[in-house]
Amino acid sequence: MRKLYMELIRMRFLTMLAYRVNYYSGIIIYAINIGAYYFLWGAIYGGQQQLGGLTVEQMTSYVAIAWMSRAFYFNNIDTEIAQDVREGKVAIEMIRPYNYLSVKTAQAFGEGIFRFLFFAGPGIFLISLIIPFSFPATASGWGLYLISLMCAFLINTQINLVTGLLTFFLFRNDGMMRAKRVVVDLLSGLVLPISFFPGWAQTVMGYLPFQAVNYYPSLIFTGAITTQRSWELIGFQVIWMFVILVPILVMWRLARNKLVVQGG
Amino acid sequence: MQNMRHIFSIFADYLSQYFKTRLAYRTDFIGDFVSNLVSELINLIFIIVVFTHVPLMGDWTRDEIIFIYGFFLVPYALFSMFFGFWDFNERYIIRGEMDRILTRPIHNLAQVCLESIAPDRIFGVITGIIIMGYAAIQLDLSFYWYDVFIFIGLSISGALIYGGVYTAIAAVSFFSDSRTGIAPMIYNIQQYGRYPVDVYNKAIRFVLTYVLPFAFVGVYPAAYFLRKEVWYTYAAMTPVVAVIFFGIGLIVWNWGVTKYRGAGS
Repeated sequence: MRKLYMELIRMRFLTMLAYRVNYYSGIIIYAINIGAYYFLWGAIYGGQQQLGGLTVEQMTSYVAIAWMSRAFYFNNIDTEIAQDVREGKVAIEMIRPYNYLSVKTAQAFGEGIFRFLFFAGPGIFLISLIIPFSFPATASGWGLYLISLMCAFLINTQINLVTGLLTFFLFRNDGMMRAKRVVVDLLSGLVLPISFFPGWAQTVMGYLPFQAVNYYPSLIFTGAITTQRSWELIGFQVIWMFVILVPILVMWRLARNKLVVQGG
Repeated sequence: MQNMRHIFSIFADYLSQYFKTRLAYRTDFIGDFVSNLVSELINLIFIIVVFTHVPLMGDWTRDEIIFIYGFFLVPYALFSMFFGFWDFNERYIIRGEMDRILTRPIHNLAQVCLESIAPDRIFGVITGIIIMGYAAIQLDLSFYWYDVFIFIGLSISGALIYGGVYTAIAAVSFFSDSRTGIAPMIYNIQQYGRYPVDVYNKAIRFVLTYVLPFAFVGVYPAAYFLRKEVWYTYAAMTPVVAVIFFGIGLIVWNWGVTKYRGAGS
């Protein structure tokens, strides 16, 4: 069984490698986004030393690392699931001797590893040449970040599974999946660190899983918090992973009984 | 001219068909509407939250930035309504749908636009006008009667600039017939036009003015309504830039079509 999933991860990794133009344009997209926010934040800080608990330097590191983390955790498995459902392929997937959702997760992981190695890695290196950027000083800092990033990937993938599974019930939900993407970008702290939001908004967001997707790992990376606090954040991420598992399992059970194949 | 009239009447026919197919999946229709609104508002939230911490960005106030953003939404909505072929490469080149397009009687670009028309994007215009209205009241802006026409002209120009750049980019698919992934790139660049160009460094400002002139979709024309006289020349140049860039888009497209070989089956 483990071999099967390893193979799936490897296959997706190789597929990503095959479409090279996609890869180059991806690098440019990330450069464009990081550049845009870099200059924007420069203008926002103006002469100010500190905003929302972050200095200018911490902010630029935050922007860069938030996008790099996104390269790893981001995937489109919800649109893939939606497409499988609409084209009727999901019926075949269901009779195969593996778990469809785990397969999707494995594929997403293959994609994540690819982007992490070929995108985020070189990307962060290039950025560190151009803009002031601080890496975690210690090995344990790196370790904490990577653990947290792995949790972030799992939580984001779970969120995608939830929206993807909704296709079984709504038939078409492209609009919702797109809305989810922008909402996750905002509420996960990608465009704006959570500490910038007004107090009441932060309280509300504390009850949502989204900041576990980006804000926690990015914060750990910038070194703006203690090791003690880092472990707490990772603990929260683990709790969220179990919480989101519940609707996934329930929906998957219902979906199998309710499946209406439209195409195929 | 006869030809153009023909194209416009076909647009009307496609529109009514569009609404019939859209309403078949009602939840998705609502979902789309909500998702567009959410993505428009999220940028607004960004601006509002940032300005709770600082009084100025560059030398622009919060309400000026909000006004620029509101203006930007209008041409952007027009553009995404008529140039909705985000999946051009995938749908027409890789699957070979372009073969069918070439057998149709009207110009092939018009046919592609028709098939991917997205009239519900028109709500973006309304959102934009509401946002601008709010900012205009806060800023105590006054308008002349002819500003309405200038606004319409500048909005259409903006949409044409996007349209031209996007058409040229989509036409690259004709030459490569493999996946390009260039479309999302443009989608990401467009966000630079939303903020005043003087916050960026010189190189980016140059690109946004002369190479991918997205500043002409947001900041420059909006500066006219904000009565920022420094930018008046740029605002006045908007229609010229629109004609040039849409022309380039068309030329590249037409050239690309001659190179099309048909990849699908």
